[in-house]
Amino acid sequence: MAVLRVKFTKTKRDKLAQVLWILNWISVVTGAILFSLGIFLKVELHKQREVMAERDIQYVPNMLIAVGLIACAINFLGGKICYDCVDTTKFLRWKLIMLPYIICTFFFTFCVLVGALMCYCMHGELEESLNLGLTEAMRFYKDTDTPGRCFLKRTVDMLQVQFQCCGNNGYKDWFQIQWISNRYLDMSQKQVVDRLRSNVDGKYLLDGVPFSCCNFNSPRPCIQQQITNNSAHFNYEHQTEELNLWMKGCQQALLEYYTNIMQSIGLTVLITWLFELSVLTGVRYLQTSLENVLRQEDPNSESDGWLLENSFMETARSNLNIIKSLGKGNQIDTAGNGDPNINVPSTSKAHYGPDNVPPKQITEAS
Amino acid sequence: MLLKMKFTQQRRVRLAQGLWLMSWLAVMCGAFIFCLGVYLKTELLRRAEVMDNTEIHVVPNILMMVGLASIGTNWVATRVCQDSLDASRFPRWKVLLLVWFAVAALLCCLLISVVVLSYALQGRLEESLKVGLRNGIRFYKDTDVPGRCFQKETIDHLQMEFRCCGNNNFKDWFEVQWVSTRYLDFTSKDVKDRIRSNVDGRYLLDGVPFSCCNPASPRPCLQYHLTDNNAHYNYDYQSEELNLYSRGCRQALTDYYMELMNSTGPGVLSVILIQMSVLVSLRYLQTAVEAATALENPEGESEGYLLEKGVKETFQDVKAKVLDIVKFAQVDPSATEESPGAADAVKPADNTTEKAVSPTPSPAS
Repeated sequence: MAVLRVKFTKTKRDKLAQVLWILNWISVVTGAILFSLGIFLKVELHKQREVMAERDIQYVPNMLIAVGLIACAINFLGGKICYDCVDTTKFLRWKLIMLPYIICTFFFTFCVLVGALMCYCMHGELEESLNLGLTEAMRFYKDTDTPGRCFLKRTVDMLQVQFQCCGNNGYKDWFQIQWISNRYLDMSQKQVVDRLRSNVDGKYLLDGVPFSCCNFNSPRPCIQQQITNNSAHFNYEHQTEELNLWMKGCQQALLEYYTNIMQSIGLTVLITWLFELSVLTGVRYLQTSLENVLRQEDPNSESDGWLLENSFMETARSNLNIIKSLGKGNQIDTAGNGDPNINVPSTSKAHYGPDNVPPKQITEAS
Repeated sequence: MLLKMKFTQQRRVRLAQGLWLMSWLAVMCGAFIFCLGVYLKTELLRRAEVMDNTEIHVVPNILMMVGLASIGTNWVATRVCQDSLDASRFPRWKVLLLVWFAVAALLCCLLISVVVLSYALQGRLEESLKVGLRNGIRFYKDTDVPGRCFQKETIDHLQMEFRCCGNNNFKDWFEVQWVSTRYLDFTSKDVKDRIRSNVDGRYLLDGVPFSCCNPASPRPCLQYHLTDNNAHYNYDYQSEELNLYSRGCRQALTDYYMELMNSTGPGVLSVILIQMSVLVSLRYLQTAVEAATALENPEGESEGYLLEKGVKETFQDVKAKVLDIVKFAQVDPSATEESPGAADAVKPADNTTEKAVSPTPSPAS
């Protein structure tokens, strides 16, 4: 009892082969699209690498790139096979390769599905990476004279301007770190010394933010210093002022940005997976119908195509037996429930002396 | 004959095929020129708020027009090529081809003029930007005045995107009140002093908006008290270069647009070359096919040329023809030199004018 049996006339088979040839070439193009999407994601992650801590997030674009390349190769081969399948004589060339090809493609579609799911799972790792990376970058904001960290000020400023965000979770993160270097602090001033003494670590903390936090949509010139002090500025109320600085935290802004990219890529990969699956089904039908035609010896006759020859359970069982017997090649055959007195004919070819005449079978004594 | 070449039947066929391909290439080039014009126009429109006039828009407008015309013209050329080897269908293109050559030559001239204009209009662009930026800086504080409320956002965004400050440099901000009086505390002595210190009663200060700040500076941005070395620790106003953007926005924008137009220069020049080669090839094809149809054996060799007579003679011929057409349209009292056909048409008109002219002398006499 075959799974999803379909009858194929000669013209139907030829049409199927032609359609599959075109679809395979379209799949090559989608494979190239996947590859370029992987490269795009890799470049975007690379651009903000300075504010991301070391986390395992590179596997997603790497997976996409690999899947894209393999898809191109597999579908290119599939296109060649389908092109040749119109002619029964050419099909003989590919006959032995087709079944392994179909099995490989089946496992490959699993990889594509895993790739799509990975796109949606990256969220947690990315959030952690950004959290740690941004905290570190803000801590080293003032170290523009330390080699290896001198560029972080520029990076954080450009990030806050480009993504319209301030701090890690909000602008108040800047109140808790010293972002002005000691080189620019006048230690002789009383105010500076007071501030340094006011906290345990001797850091110069103030309720101000860098200029890159300023929101250019604000109707008034930007208030960067003494943000929490309402009397320091005319007509200013710190609790209700929303347009002065960017309200969003950079962690959330970057996360939203990358999540949008990942969602679009994930959707594209899912559509590609469905497409690949349908192409695979078509190739399987083509293979089985052509094999049946060869068995019937009339190339123009009708033949059956199916997905699986027997039902799903039987196929699974027979495959399991094949796998089991592969592992048993060197063992003694213990058929007959392990009783050594039962005559089990030997399966290996015995050599019976120079004439090579097997001895007469001794009949069992009654 | 100017630049004549011999064409066998096979060469004519090859020429027609090659020209067909080249005409389709020229159609693509026309589309490319149109897209270039659209791109340039959108870039100019994006910054329209800091430009005073739209004179510079003539460059993308011409590009778009020429692009569309070029698509149509070269599509006609492909149709002509397809019909050129068919003796029955080719003669109907005869008159149209003269017009086609004129149009194609006009398109090439327009493209050359675009290249020239993009250099010539640089001065006008700078002027326009100067006035536009000056207005933008003056109205920076007027975020509550309808019609000007967007200037603050525009200028801030512009200064950050193009990494520039002020019109010529950051000192332009010292001469303008860019802090609105809504946010000035008039009870403060400092504010009152500043307002009294100048004739117009404006609040001027030696500070700049935050959008002038340079992120590449090693120290946190200093915006206020810029000329006062004592206001900040370890600060020297004369030698500090990285704190603010040193370039003026007028210079930055002019450079940007000039670079854009210069980078389109090679593309436009190559399109001119392609169009000229299509024109020349079509002329050869036309003359060769016409000569071939005049022969007893249409499949034989024929001569193709660019101009039937020399350049000077052709020019004189064309001038005479144009004058003829102009004279034909005019009413000419001395009708004796006219051609018979024209004289017949002109004579009734002449009679009426003579009748109109003759009565007037009698009352005067």
